[in-house]
Amino acid sequence: MLVRIDQEKCCGAGHCVLAAPDVFDQRDEDGIVVLLDAEPPAELHQAVQDAAAVCPAAAISLERV
Amino acid sequence: MTALRDVAVVGAGAAGLHAAEALRRAGYDGRLALIGAEDEPPYDRPPLSKHLLGGEWQPDRLALRGPQALEELRLDLRLGVPAERLDRRERTVRLADGHRVRCDAVIVATGVRPRRLPGADGPVPGAHVLRTLGDALALREELRAGTRLLVVGGGLLGAEAAATAVGLGAEVTWLASAAVPQAAVLGTETAALLAGLHREHGVRIHRGTAAALLRRHGRAAGVRLTDGSELAADTVLMAIGSEPATEWLADSGVPLDDGVVCDAYCAAGPGVWAAGDAASWPDPSTGRHHRLEQRTNATEQAVHAARNLLAGPDGVRQAYQPVPYLWTDQYGLRVQAFGRPGDADRFEVVDGSLADHRFAAVCGRAGLVTGAVGIASARALRHLRAQVAAHSAWPSEAS
Repeated sequence: MLVRIDQEKCCGAGHCVLAAPDVFDQRDEDGIVVLLDAEPPAELHQAVQDAAAVCPAAAISLERV
Repeated sequence: MTALRDVAVVGAGAAGLHAAEALRRAGYDGRLALIGAEDEPPYDRPPLSKHLLGGEWQPDRLALRGPQALEELRLDLRLGVPAERLDRRERTVRLADGHRVRCDAVIVATGVRPRRLPGADGPVPGAHVLRTLGDALALREELRAGTRLLVVGGGLLGAEAAATAVGLGAEVTWLASAAVPQAAVLGTETAALLAGLHREHGVRIHRGTAAALLRRHGRAAGVRLTDGSELAADTVLMAIGSEPATEWLADSGVPLDDGVVCDAYCAAGPGVWAAGDAASWPDPSTGRHHRLEQRTNATEQAVHAARNLLAGPDGVRQAYQPVPYLWTDQYGLRVQAFGRPGDADRFEVVDGSLADHRFAAVCGRAGLVTGAVGIASARALRHLRAQVAAHSAWPSEAS
């Protein structure tokens, strides 16, 4: 799985950090998403899919590799 | 629920899209109709009053999913055709083009439509609302240096539109009935900070309540206020709230009272669920029904409605108890809030300071933490979210 983020679209809700804290973080100054792991291990895929699904700004996209 | 073969999601905005996605993700393999009144595939509304109105983004950036992701959902996608009627006995949704879509279950996600002032019931050149992409493009068309724009309504939408318009060089008057616009949503302290920024950027904030649109030569010319005075303008934006778009359910038997009346599981009777701006459900802390017109709610509630739908009456359903989240962008600042800072009567900054435009504050009411609000302090705010979620006792641990 390849994770991509769009920092311009991100609204800073932090839902992704709550869903998958090993993969996403937020910049403190504006809450914008920071990608910690673009190719997360299999055991995190479910959490990452949850994060992408609940992102209110559609700022996370996933690609199968 | 073994007979579930046809699900119709009515409303193709964020809530509708996320409901459809959640159904597929949870393994629903039957027919899935997604019905939308607008022509565009599901798009995001928050940027309409910000990047889109400001001209920084073009409409294609608003798409919530690309063509391939939509394809993979295997939808019976019906766009540009509003639903007209739900017949629960026949199990069909009748569309404006006469087609009937079968549905063993329906998720109502038809959202809201903006209120208009008396005198602006039909289309009036120069009088605008801001809900759809078409609305935003029409307003953008009129905003240029020197345009006298009157924004009516002291909520977040009016605030964002005023900020964007003044950035485009428009002469903006912002009419709000509250002493401090946006206070009902963000709390007085944060709202006062933003009101100061609006004034610094040249927005004239006028306190009062609009009674009717004024027209001259068939065009909007301003508004008349309830005190009889008038405000003149070239262009008027009505940002005075909205009403659930549920008239298509009028004789369906689905309970309606300021939205679709749901139980704690987003269900509104056998075979009917609702999510997003049009859904009203009991707040677990007060027991009162309420709606949340917030972007994140559309997503979270849609996911809940879809999962509960698939769980069936005997399955494990989950009550919907979100921690509300909203954000607004004005003058380069992003305000973020959890819970209900607007209802609070306690406010305490726990990180940074208002003067620096960088803070996180916890808000409380009746001995409980009820909200958190901040600017440029995402981490501290996220920690406060846990207290909001837990309805922690006031004074907050962080203060």
